[in-house]
Amino acid sequence: MSDQPSSDKKVIPIAVAAPDAAVPESPTGAMIRTLGLVSAICGLIIVGAYQGTYDAVAANKRIATERAVFKVIPAAKSIAEFVAQPGGGIAKVGAGDSAVPPGTVKFFAAYDESGKLAGIAAEGGAKGYADTVRIMFGYQPDCQCVVGIGVVSMRETPGIGDKIITDKDFLANFTALDLKLKDDLSTLAHEVKAVKHGSKTSAWQVDAISGATITSRAVGKAINDAAQALLPRLVPNLDKLKPS
Amino acid sequence: MTIANTPQTWDEFMEGVWKQNPTFVMILGMCPTLAVTVSAVNAISMGISTALVLIASCGLVSMMRNVTPKEVRIAVYIVIIATFVTAVDYAIQAISLALYDALGAFIQLIVVNCIILGRAEAHAAKNPPMPAMINAAGMGAGFTIGLLSLGVVREILGAGTLFGIGLFGAGFQPWVIMVLPPGGFFVLGAWLLFFAWLERRKLRKAIPLAEAAQHV
Repeated sequence: MSDQPSSDKKVIPIAVAAPDAAVPESPTGAMIRTLGLVSAICGLIIVGAYQGTYDAVAANKRIATERAVFKVIPAAKSIAEFVAQPGGGIAKVGAGDSAVPPGTVKFFAAYDESGKLAGIAAEGGAKGYADTVRIMFGYQPDCQCVVGIGVVSMRETPGIGDKIITDKDFLANFTALDLKLKDDLSTLAHEVKAVKHGSKTSAWQVDAISGATITSRAVGKAINDAAQALLPRLVPNLDKLKPS
Repeated sequence: MTIANTPQTWDEFMEGVWKQNPTFVMILGMCPTLAVTVSAVNAISMGISTALVLIASCGLVSMMRNVTPKEVRIAVYIVIIATFVTAVDYAIQAISLALYDALGAFIQLIVVNCIILGRAEAHAAKNPPMPAMINAAGMGAGFTIGLLSLGVVREILGAGTLFGIGLFGAGFQPWVIMVLPPGGFFVLGAWLLFFAWLERRKLRKAIPLAEAAQHV
């Protein structure tokens, strides 16, 4: 304050009140040093956490997939991952290899104890009431039908939409849901579709849960879309699924 | 603030658990509080995750407090908090994918949980690491207790289970709205009412005592 000229006395309180005068600005070097230090420490922590948990996370994901497949194909004892390529062929991919080339459809071949093909499992998704309902369904080449479904993820209303996991009458739809292809193998002979509760007449229809029609429809659509994309490529190549 | 002083350390811890409880007193972090407390397991996992992030980031913020220029302090806090959230995120994926799916985006959203940034700015930046971490642990415990008290009530009423174990047998018709978003507000409101009533009762008892003490 001593450097203020006496004629400026009225201005002094304002000058003193200004925060810049009380707290000097930090030098740029200090800021860069601190930010660099923090970034370095944090980078190390993140890399450490990623490395430390990588194996456990990968194992968890594999177990989760296996469990989902085993649920829809109870006879399965081991699985192998395949992709159906856009051109029509199928190819095996490494286990846990989550990066799937665009345009291909991923599916799992499940084998029983003796190494025979026990069924095919594939994932499908369709918009439900709250969010996408993702399901895994088991496909049996012998009868060309769905033999079981399981929910991979959904955010449907508890107690209403989530009945698709528990409702026995609904799940009975998926013990022999018809997925026959047309004779030229280009597309499904009959679209899988959810119909109003109690009006199911054909083997390719899904009897919706009363009160959860939208969720039921999403399940039907998920199976239909996935089957339409996968089966025309898969069925001609079924003999290639022999375990290697 | 000395660490050897046990009552003070205990006070530091209990501040977050009771006096300044983030859920019931400060009403902070309501987003995860209402969203993930549909079951006791979710609630306790979310509480522990938040507490771990809180303790670790407050510790680091406190260690860096003397070299952090004020202009960049928020950036420093956010980077530190985001780091520990990422680490916890990986840890939960490694522990259980089902739990990870159940908690969903709310793990990542711990980054913007105002309890943590608030603690970093208001306490950790001004105190040595030990008291800062004790205080953070208290806050984390308080938050976990808050979430758990919502989660337990909502799971019992809305699903008839506790920690996934059935309580009432097959005849129980779940009160579904309790596990839907409105249920979160109902239960939180009921708890706040309960604590307000406790507080008033304590005050009413304290006033006559204080008056009596004056007369003596």
